[in-house]
Amino acid sequence: MATYSTNEFKRGLKIMLDGDPNTIVENEFVKPGKGQAFNRVKVRNLKTGRTIERTFKSGDTVEAADVMDTEMQYLYNDGEAYHFMHPESFEQLAADPSAVGDEAKWLKEQDMCTVTLWNGVPISVTPPNHVILTVVETDPGLRGDTATGGTKPARCETGAVVQVPLFVEIGDLLKVDTRSGEYISRARD
Amino acid sequence: MNWQPSSELATLHERARILAEVRAFFAERGVLEVETPLLGRAGTSDPQLESFTTQYFGPGHAAGLPLYLHTSPEFAMKRLLAAGSGPIYQICKVFRQGEAGRRHNPEFSMLEWYRPGWDHHRLMDEVEALVAPMLGLQGTARRLDYRDAFVEYADIDPLEETIPGLRACAQRLGCGGMEMGESRDGWLDLILSHHIEPQLGRGGLCFLQHYPASQAALARLSPQDPRVAERFELYCQGIELANGFHELSDAAEQRRRFEQDLVTRRERGLAESPIDEALLAALADGLPDCAGVALGLDRLIMLALGIESIGEVQAFDFERC
Repeated sequence: MATYSTNEFKRGLKIMLDGDPNTIVENEFVKPGKGQAFNRVKVRNLKTGRTIERTFKSGDTVEAADVMDTEMQYLYNDGEAYHFMHPESFEQLAADPSAVGDEAKWLKEQDMCTVTLWNGVPISVTPPNHVILTVVETDPGLRGDTATGGTKPARCETGAVVQVPLFVEIGDLLKVDTRSGEYISRARD
Repeated sequence: MNWQPSSELATLHERARILAEVRAFFAERGVLEVETPLLGRAGTSDPQLESFTTQYFGPGHAAGLPLYLHTSPEFAMKRLLAAGSGPIYQICKVFRQGEAGRRHNPEFSMLEWYRPGWDHHRLMDEVEALVAPMLGLQGTARRLDYRDAFVEYADIDPLEETIPGLRACAQRLGCGGMEMGESRDGWLDLILSHHIEPQLGRGGLCFLQHYPASQAALARLSPQDPRVAERFELYCQGIELANGFHELSDAAEQRRRFEQDLVTRRERGLAESPIDEALLAALADGLPDCAGVALGLDRLIMLALGIESIGEVQAFDFERC
C-alpha cells in the first residue's frame, strides 16, 4: 500500500480518506512555536465533489489513492452505463451513471472527455470546457433580433437546457461553456 | 531554481529600516547588543522542535565533533546574563528542522532580549512599546489569560477539563477531525491553533499569558497558581509573534525538565542531543532573576508591511537558498 507523509502534501495529491479518494486543494502548515505541528488541508472528495477540511499531525502518513485522469472518447449510453474508448489503445470502459452525474447532459458522442479512474474504475467524467450542441427545442426565433438583450431557454440534443438569445432557432448549433453552463455563441459545423 | 530574490527590493529597504528602528530602540534603553554562536555542542531538548545537525572536522577534532545549529540563542544568552552582562539583546538567524509554510521558513530571524530584575508583566510592557508603533497600532494591548481565552472562545476550562471533554470540544468546534489520543497538551494545541489563535489580536495586539504548567518550557511556575507558568505569547492578526518567560533560574528544576524532555523524545522516537551542561552550570552559579522574550522578526516585518507570506520579506526564501 503506497502512502504519503504530510511532507509530501501539495495541491493535487490524491489521498484516501474515510474509504474515498480525495484530492488536496489546499495545504497549510501550522505550528504554535512551542506546540504540536499540524498540516491543515482542504480536500475534495473525488466521488461526491464535496470539499472538507482535515487536519493531520505533521509527520503522519496517509494512504495514497490510485487515481489517474485519462483522455477518452465518449461513445454512447446504453441505458445502463456510459461507454468510453481510449483513442490509441481502443480499450473501452463503462462508467456508471453515478460517476457521470450531472455532467451527462454535456456528453456528445465522439467528444473527448477526461475520465478519472480510481483503481481502474471511472469515478468521474469531465466534459470538454466547450461543446457544440444542436438545439432541438426552443420558442420560435425572432429573426434578425440580435440587439435586444432578452433570452429564452433552449433544449439541446444531449438534454441540456441553455439560456440563449432570442434569435436562436431549432437546428442551430450552439457553443456552450460546460463549466458555467452558459451560451457562448452560435457555431458553424 | 529561480535565481531572483523572493522579496521585492523595496521590501528589503523597509526591512532594513525596521532593523535600524529595533537597534535604535534598544540603544536608547541601554540594552547591549550581543552575538552568540549559531553552532553548539547541545541541540534543543524541546520535543516540539528539531535541530539541524552538522559536524566539525579539524584541529582538535580529528574524529569529528557533532554540532547543532541553534533553534534559539536562549542558552548562550543566559550564560552571558549569569556572567553579569546586564540587559542584552540579539538579532540572529535561528534554524528549525521541518518547518516550512506560509508563515514558516526553516531559517528565520529572531530578535531575543533579556531584562534582569524584571518579571514577565514588565517585559510585556516593553514588547508592546517596541511593536505597537511599528504596526501603527494605538491603544493598549489586550492581556488574556490562557484559561480565560479557552473559556471565552471554546467554552471550556483548559486547566480542569478531562480528555473526553477536550475531545468533545474539538469535535464541536470542527478541528479537522484530528484525534490526539491521550495527549492533553495535544488537544489544547489543536483547539488553540485551529480555533482560538486565528481570533487573537484582531484590530490590536493580544498577549496570551499564564500557560498551563505542562507547557511552561523554560518559564517559572506562578507562585499564586502553580497550575500555570509565567509564560506569554504575543499575537497580532491571529499570527504568533513572540514568546516570553519570567525565566526559570533553578538549575535542579531545569535539569528535571531537560530530562523529562529527553524521556518524551525517546518515547516519540525523536533524535536525542546531549543536555546543555554549560547552561546548567551557569544556572547553578546564579542566573539573575530576569524575563526574556523571543520575537520572530520576519513575521513582524510581514505584519508591518501587510505581506502574507514569509518568503516575500526574506531576500531568498528556502526554495531559493
